Amino acid sequence: MRKSWWKILGLVMVASAIVAGLLGPVPVLPILHETIRNVYFHVPMWFTMITLYLVSVIYSIKYLSSGKTSHDLVAVEAVNTGIVFCAMGLLTGMLWANITWGEPWPNDPQLNGSAIATLMYLAYLVLRNALEEEQKRAKISAVYNIFAFPVMVVLLYILPKMTDSLHPGSGGNGTFRDLDMNSQMRPIFYTSVMGWILIGVWIFTLRYRLRILENRKNQLD
Amino acid sequence: MKNSIAAIFLLLFHTTLFAQSEIDMATGLRSSGKIYVVVLVLLTIFAVLGVFLFLLDRRIKKLEK
Repeated sequence: MRKSWWKILGLVMVASAIVAGLLGPVPVLPILHETIRNVYFHVPMWFTMITLYLVSVIYSIKYLSSGKTSHDLVAVEAVNTGIVFCAMGLLTGMLWANITWGEPWPNDPQLNGSAIATLMYLAYLVLRNALEEEQKRAKISAVYNIFAFPVMVVLLYILPKMTDSLHPGSGGNGTFRDLDMNSQMRPIFYTSVMGWILIGVWIFTLRYRLRILENRKNQLD
Repeated sequence: MKNSIAAIFLLLFHTTLFAQSEIDMATGLRSSGKIYVVVLVLLTIFAVLGVFLFLLDRRIKKLEK
């Protein structure tokens, strides 16, 4: 129990973000109205996803220098968990866009970028399944992962900011800093982000530990 | 000239009033207290998920031994 304090912390942080996020004061904005509260729940999905992808790419680099199977397993399970958070981010984003922008998938650079990034990571998982030989699979997918990560960052965080996107911080839109976020929202937002990242990492470690057990069992058989 | 300035002032005043009064926030919903039910429902779902994760964690820990 002593080692699991951060898991409890993550749960408590998200729980308090749910309470404060629904009851706390928010700025009065046109079009968004009460949906501004989605910032507390939709955005942390993406932050969690990128954290898990970052873990994945770090362990891919580690694998290439060490050749340890466990590093390869960390990389794949981090992507497996990250893609779940990506799916939740896409779904919640579509619900929100439908109300505020008029359609679930407006032709927006950030949305299209996220679609391409998602496909890239799905391709990573497909690529792994396509390769039979274990070491070759680990090495090729590690190299692919190292290329995919910076492209994903560019697609999600750089290109949309350079053109006109409906998302904050793009084109003529203000960033969270000066428009949507006031000092009342920021602490709740960051609590939620940290809480979800902790929970995402927790789920990823569970999957990783299961994977290690599976591996051990396969070697015994 | 005076008239046009007055008109601009009126317009500005009108738009700020418009911006303040036209945005529907759910103040009534919250003051009536019903939003707490939604908060409780979400918290319950989340708490159960948390307990579920802990149980999963414990099962994996047992397997590891």
